[in-house]
Amino acid sequence: MSPTTAFFTDSTVCIGCKACEVACKEWNSIADDGFHWTGNSYDNTGSLGHSTWRHVKFVEHAPEPGLGGNSPDLISWVFSSDVCKHCEVAGCLEACPTGAIVRTEFGGVYIQPDVCNGCAYCVVACPFGVVHRNPNDGRAFKCTFCYDRQKVGLKPACAQACPTESIKFGPIEEMKLVAQERMEELRSRGMNDACIYDPVDTSVEGIHALFLVRGDPRQYNLPPHPEVPTTYNRTGWTSSAVAAGLLLCGSLIAFLGSTKR
Amino acid sequence: MSSNPHERSTPAHAELARENRLIEIRREAERKGHVEAHGIRLPGAPFPVASPETGYYGLHLLKEPCWSWEIPSYFFVGGAAGSAAVIGAMANWIGGDKRLARDCRMVAAGGAIISCGLLISDLGRPERFLAMLRVFKPQSPMSVGAWTLALFGSFSVAAALAGIATDRLGLPVRVLGNVAEAFSAAAGLPFSNYTGVLIGASVIPVWNKHVGSLPIYFGMSGLNSAVGILELMGHENPALNTLGIGAAAIETLEGVNIETSREPAAEPLKHGTSGFIARLGGIPSGPVPLALRLAAAFSGSRRSRKLRKAAAISSLAGSMLTRIAWVHAGHISARDWRLPLEIGQKKDSPFLAAEASPVSKMAKRA
Repeated sequence: MSPTTAFFTDSTVCIGCKACEVACKEWNSIADDGFHWTGNSYDNTGSLGHSTWRHVKFVEHAPEPGLGGNSPDLISWVFSSDVCKHCEVAGCLEACPTGAIVRTEFGGVYIQPDVCNGCAYCVVACPFGVVHRNPNDGRAFKCTFCYDRQKVGLKPACAQACPTESIKFGPIEEMKLVAQERMEELRSRGMNDACIYDPVDTSVEGIHALFLVRGDPRQYNLPPHPEVPTTYNRTGWTSSAVAAGLLLCGSLIAFLGSTKR
Repeated sequence: MSSNPHERSTPAHAELARENRLIEIRREAERKGHVEAHGIRLPGAPFPVASPETGYYGLHLLKEPCWSWEIPSYFFVGGAAGSAAVIGAMANWIGGDKRLARDCRMVAAGGAIISCGLLISDLGRPERFLAMLRVFKPQSPMSVGAWTLALFGSFSVAAALAGIATDRLGLPVRVLGNVAEAFSAAAGLPFSNYTGVLIGASVIPVWNKHVGSLPIYFGMSGLNSAVGILELMGHENPALNTLGIGAAAIETLEGVNIETSREPAAEPLKHGTSGFIARLGGIPSGPVPLALRLAAAFSGSRRSRKLRKAAAISSLAGSMLTRIAWVHAGHISARDWRLPLEIGQKKDSPFLAAEASPVSKMAKRA
């Protein structure tokens, strides 16, 4: 039995070099995602998408100053490498009608490109906005968790390339422990705003790509309460049954009424 | 900090302030070899900020739906076809209106074929539709819907073909046709409204906040358009008018419900382009046919026929526009980064300790 693996992205040691983005593109042979200037700090990638499986965020804000921290008068500049969260209960996996999206033996969520039929339902089922349909090809793509590399015992390309070990990779229990220790260390150094992003109390039930960020995770576009859309199924199908009942009873009554006349 | 251009930002002096600040920065650089304080920021300029108030530069975190014109059209055609199958079965067994039943079979079969065509066009290649039938996943409304379409399509086409074979060729397949019609009606019941569940069970706020009413709304819209198509085909069965009144009344109620809703996620249905289309479609599919049909029920046959034709055209146009509006509203809703980030909802982040309160200093400065 292969161990369940996870990423732990420690944004406090990220230097924003984008080596993870490049390594990911290199290894997976992904096309370029355009050469656009966004004006949002040094982030010219924008967001995760069909051709972007790692995305370094450049957050200009002012976290609590601590030892080795910043002057309260200066903007701080922090970087965080974003990736598919490989949810414990994945919206895309639940929604996929073809069975193309599967859970691998390493606990990752993987889209089988030869099975995906491009219905794009996973795109509106991902609470993190990760999965995206390639308009030229019609199929959905996202981070594969380097399934091919993990199969032969290698680290994912991004974790391998990261020069500061901001992207750590290993068994999930170990990563959770490392994340906890790192957060406690930072807090003991006065960085009280360091926190781990892992939405275990939502219907997502936790993620396989933990993030340690300083300040509110919302400024990193990490939603406080991501929900798997299957939670809406019960209400939806009840409503559907009501609508079907209305149609059936309505037409019954209408035609019974019309024959009496 | 006294040199901050924010503090003397009267429009007349803004240009001068920026020039003075530039000179200060140059002098400081010459003197110390580096500059400590802020650079130049134009007062009121849209300087992008990542903060708990603005999210990540106000970029949306959810992805917009990747669907084009085929999907709202499919919602419209599928809704009408599914409802037509149910109307046809009732007309056959209870109403005794054989002509109406025959045309309903045609509408249901035609609608199912067009539905498949639209879905294949959205997917790109015909065999991609078959991939939908690899597995059955009850937790995925898309999977349930694909199987419903497959069943509905098979039975409604079988019913239509059996009908033609019986009427034109005199083959003894009437019983077979009736059995197929029964199954087609059974599949038509969920098929006419499942698209509401399909988009409701998603992460798009405007859709999932309405998941309890969308299937009813879509179902009634489908019934309204089925009645419209059958009336335009020349059917005058009073049962159709009764069904039309019921559907238009429920659609009107739904419209009132959305207009009076204070739900922030419902905003795209009331403002902007999607709001305009929603109203443009809501009025001719709810109150207009309701009034016309009620008038038709209490007037002479010639006048009634004209009123019903007008109601039919109005509800068909309204039904199509309504589906376009809902899909468009989904795009607008996905772009609203405030909703998934719970910004402006006075909820604290569950990931931060209480003492490290998420107060942005950027926002304080602004």
